[in-house]
Amino acid sequence: MNWTNIITIVLAGILTENMVLSKFLGICPFLGVSKKTNTAVSMGIAVTLVMLLATAVTYPIQIYILDRFGLGYLQTIVFILIIAALVQLVEIVLKKYIPPLYKALGVYLPLITTNCAVLGITMLNFTNERITNYPEALFNALGAGLGFLFAMFIFSGVRTRLETSNIPESLKGLPITLVSAAIVSLSFLGFAGIVG
Amino acid sequence: MNPILIAVIIVSAIGLIAGLGLSIASVLMAVKTDEKVEALRAELPGANCGACGYSGCDGYAEALAKGEAKPGACAPGGAEMNAKLGEILGVAVEMTEPMVATVKCNGTCDHVQNKMHYTGVSSCKAANMMYGGTLACSFGCLGFGDCQQACQYGAITVINGKAVVDPDKCTACTACAKACPKSIIEMMPKERAYAKVVCSNKDKGAVARKVCEVACIGCTKCAKVCPHGAVTIENNLARIDPDKCTACGACVEACPSKCIAL
Repeated sequence: MNWTNIITIVLAGILTENMVLSKFLGICPFLGVSKKTNTAVSMGIAVTLVMLLATAVTYPIQIYILDRFGLGYLQTIVFILIIAALVQLVEIVLKKYIPPLYKALGVYLPLITTNCAVLGITMLNFTNERITNYPEALFNALGAGLGFLFAMFIFSGVRTRLETSNIPESLKGLPITLVSAAIVSLSFLGFAGIVG
Repeated sequence: MNPILIAVIIVSAIGLIAGLGLSIASVLMAVKTDEKVEALRAELPGANCGACGYSGCDGYAEALAKGEAKPGACAPGGAEMNAKLGEILGVAVEMTEPMVATVKCNGTCDHVQNKMHYTGVSSCKAANMMYGGTLACSFGCLGFGDCQQACQYGAITVINGKAVVDPDKCTACTACAKACPKSIIEMMPKERAYAKVVCSNKDKGAVARKVCEVACIGCTKCAKVCPHGAVTIENNLARIDPDKCTACGACVEACPSKCIAL
């Protein structure tokens, strides 16, 4: 295994190719659950977990089933099916064995079912030229998940500051959130080019 | 084989495996939930206000099912809903008396002086940290509306620099009382008639009068005229016991600063 390549993949997932701030995937939870830092971090952890699991399952399915039978065009529908089932399974397992975590994640877990960042990472695994084998795909998912977590954490900090600022009446609520999201995204543009 | 057939077979096979896996998992890892808790939770209003003393409606439902809590503590639900809780549990309900949030301050902008020109964050909590807020009276309603924001029912509006409660909308959930940095919102009986002192100023009479025209100056006139002994003066502030008060109105007439309301 090429460790330099893996470090590059993880760093790219967190900084230069950040799911939310550079690829604009998973904006819904980014705006929806970033009001408080703890919920934002819980959501980030849940997404990271599901991304890893989803990649672990979908990568072999693409290679051994879809590609073998020439069914590449079914990728989206099959992946959605698998992610939905997987999230349900994770929910059942958590409810049984780790109830505190289940309670902490609450409604966010089922919400991930339709999170485009999760579907995005499973599909991007096959278009990214850095990824050539199974472990690299898993590290890519880990990097993307950590990037999502990172973005959620930063943005929740920005939003707590927004709560106490004097905002013009017409910009209150979603408008100012979108403006600040754009500025945070701009700041991530500064990382462009540092990862080969 | 027909490629369409292969596609159909593979997608259905994946779906079938996922479905079977999920149903097996749900049977194997079933978590027993108390039916009572769910029935109770369905009745509760879901405001998660905490007036019952538990972390939210879920917490109250669980405590009820375990027998730790008694029905009747849910203020937003009202008597009818609490009776239903009692039916589910099979116990008699002792409904707590309906209460309403009462702002114990009369200091609108016309009556009370300001001691500073404040341009900071528009919240009572923030203003209170700055030398106790904008008002010259250090006990009065600051009027930035922290309580208004805390109220889930839209029962509080700040009118002329003072919070006003709409008793029809108020459910006595105590969210506003917790949000008020001056702690001048109190839950008082809703349906009985009684006189109440709408002031929280504990300064001596001369000081209180100087900062606000309608402050209680602790002159004890109300205590003297009350035929039922319902009024007590503590720390230069009159307090009327709603249980003893008969709403005769003697104190309202006697009060020189008109800070007693019926």
